Amino acid sequence: MAQNKLLRIEDMVLHFNTTHGTVQAVDGVNFELDYNRAVVVLGESGCGKSSLAKAILRLLPRNAGTYSGHVYLNDKDIMTLDEEEFRQNVRWAAISMVPQAAMNALNPVIRVGDQVAEPAMVHLGINKAEAFGLVRKMFQHVGVPEDFITRYPFELSGGMRQRVAIAMALVTSPVLIILDEPTSALDVLTQANIFNVLKRIKKELGASFILITHDIATSSELADDVAVMYAGQIVEMSDAHSFFAMPLHPYSKKLMASVPRLHGDKEPEFIVGRPPSLIDLPKGCRFADRCPSRFEKCVQDPPVIEKDGRKVKCWLYS
Amino acid sequence: MVAVEKKDAVVKEENKETTLLSINDLHVWFELRRFGFGRAGNVKAVDGVTFDIHHGEAIAVVGESGCGKSSLMKTILGLYKPTKGDIVFDGKNLKDLDVQGMHWYHARVGYIQQDPYGALPPFMNVKRILEEPLIVGGVKSKEERARRINTALEEVKLSPVEDFLPKFPHMLSGGQQQRVVIARAMIMEPKFLVADEPVSMLDASVRVEILRLLRGLQERHNLSVIYITHDLSTVSYFAARIFVMYAGNLVEKAKVRQVIDNPLHPYTVALLTGTSEPDARNAESFKEIPPGEPPSLVNPPPGCRFHPRCSKMIDGLCNVEEPIDFEPEPGHLVACWLYK
Repeated sequence: MAQNKLLRIEDMVLHFNTTHGTVQAVDGVNFELDYNRAVVVLGESGCGKSSLAKAILRLLPRNAGTYSGHVYLNDKDIMTLDEEEFRQNVRWAAISMVPQAAMNALNPVIRVGDQVAEPAMVHLGINKAEAFGLVRKMFQHVGVPEDFITRYPFELSGGMRQRVAIAMALVTSPVLIILDEPTSALDVLTQANIFNVLKRIKKELGASFILITHDIATSSELADDVAVMYAGQIVEMSDAHSFFAMPLHPYSKKLMASVPRLHGDKEPEFIVGRPPSLIDLPKGCRFADRCPSRFEKCVQDPPVIEKDGRKVKCWLYS
Repeated sequence: MVAVEKKDAVVKEENKETTLLSINDLHVWFELRRFGFGRAGNVKAVDGVTFDIHHGEAIAVVGESGCGKSSLMKTILGLYKPTKGDIVFDGKNLKDLDVQGMHWYHARVGYIQQDPYGALPPFMNVKRILEEPLIVGGVKSKEERARRINTALEEVKLSPVEDFLPKFPHMLSGGQQQRVVIARAMIMEPKFLVADEPVSMLDASVRVEILRLLRGLQERHNLSVIYITHDLSTVSYFAARIFVMYAGNLVEKAKVRQVIDNPLHPYTVALLTGTSEPDARNAESFKEIPPGEPPSLVNPPPGCRFHPRCSKMIDGLCNVEEPIDFEPEPGHLVACWLYK
């Protein structure tokens, strides 16, 4: 096994029990992430992207069923930690998260400065004055004016609230930050601004990122690596340069072709059909039903094949 | 009413290839109150907007949230009364229409909402959702209503129709919900559609499907469409002209290709810079984005409203005098002093 990876996930499984059956939201995910790199997890809604983030952070809803696999953070398996150790040493201390629609997740009746200071006080064991010093520093990093510390969330615009949410994730200096759709509710210029902030943080603080999104065009603003997720599995894992130049998996190709472009006359295409239900998954390749290049072999589950340092789960490359 | 329509039919013949909707110096202000009755100024959501839409033409209004594009749209739909200025649809000024006249107008204008789930009543099934506008619109015969519902659902490609009629909104996927919203907008066979960010809540792959569907409808029925969005990358597949809106004003009006290949207003340039294309090289550089945020619409900055954020600001001109429309190339209007 390769050493010196920040994060290595092996065979991660997270299922949910519902009255209709077992939802296989994350079903055998493997991936690695190096220090100071950003991986983008791409996929349509309902492919298990957000569940993967929750599985890494052990933020499980009550109906979680099977939850297994290994998550090595600095070569230490954090899945073996008990809940209290995990809370103290991992969640928000080493890995933090900016949840989906984070800008609306702030507590409306607490000043934003206090909200950002709280995780620092809890996890770093510092007093309020020291925490506020950190908050000021974080606000500078994310580009929120310092006097906003005493404001309430409703006094800030959407973009500013999003920055506050990012500051909250940064304040404990985690090594890994998981961003779940950080800009999907924001305007174009605000989006570009937030990505500038994330790029700067990556450069200045050396943090790593997992960016979960369905927006392929903006994801390229931060990506070093790309993981494409489909029906609970990662179907392609590749470095960003080769991925955006030439995706391998038929699903990735379709995704790329669906991106509307400013320049050029190529019409965007759409992917026929819907992703399979995560309760009743097809045997064999899960994309086969919608795949234009399917052939006899696709009735069997494809192996993960290595090609030029990229990984793709498709029979076409065997 | 009938007589009025006949007289207008003559006018319409003359304008056939020209204007369907004409907006002239439109102002929509909302009064701010202090303690219930004291006046505290106005929110100038739309402040002097002028444009025409021709028969069968699709245009896009592009701008950030809070620039007044939704107020513009709601005023066009007749939901807000204009503070000043005129909206003339098919030769009739909306100001002069009575209640019946507004019914006539609403039957000719379809509205596609941004959030399909929020726009569909959760306790009605697809059949009732589509039947209601027909009942309100006075289609008495049950068979006729059923026929129109069938056609509308087939047009938005929700088939087999029988499967969808009894379904409730929560049983449909996001894309299917948006199709129902479109079918509802089309059911009165309007001439004119207002689409408010119709795809912003949808997945990337579904987004393209819905945009294609809308374009197909527009071409088949020769509809005029106002497409409101903040995403420039989807505009070129749909609209012929773009109007860029900033703080209640239209700052640039031109054909799509002119705006995308040769943006003139510094704000349009910023919007285009901010729009990403999938390219791994994006991660290597920072984007040059104007600092700050759109101004308050209560006290917009004097002169050009973009001047506090503009890197090309001419002191003594841009911060004093409001720019008028210039036409540096044919058909390309821009409200910016750089082009005087």
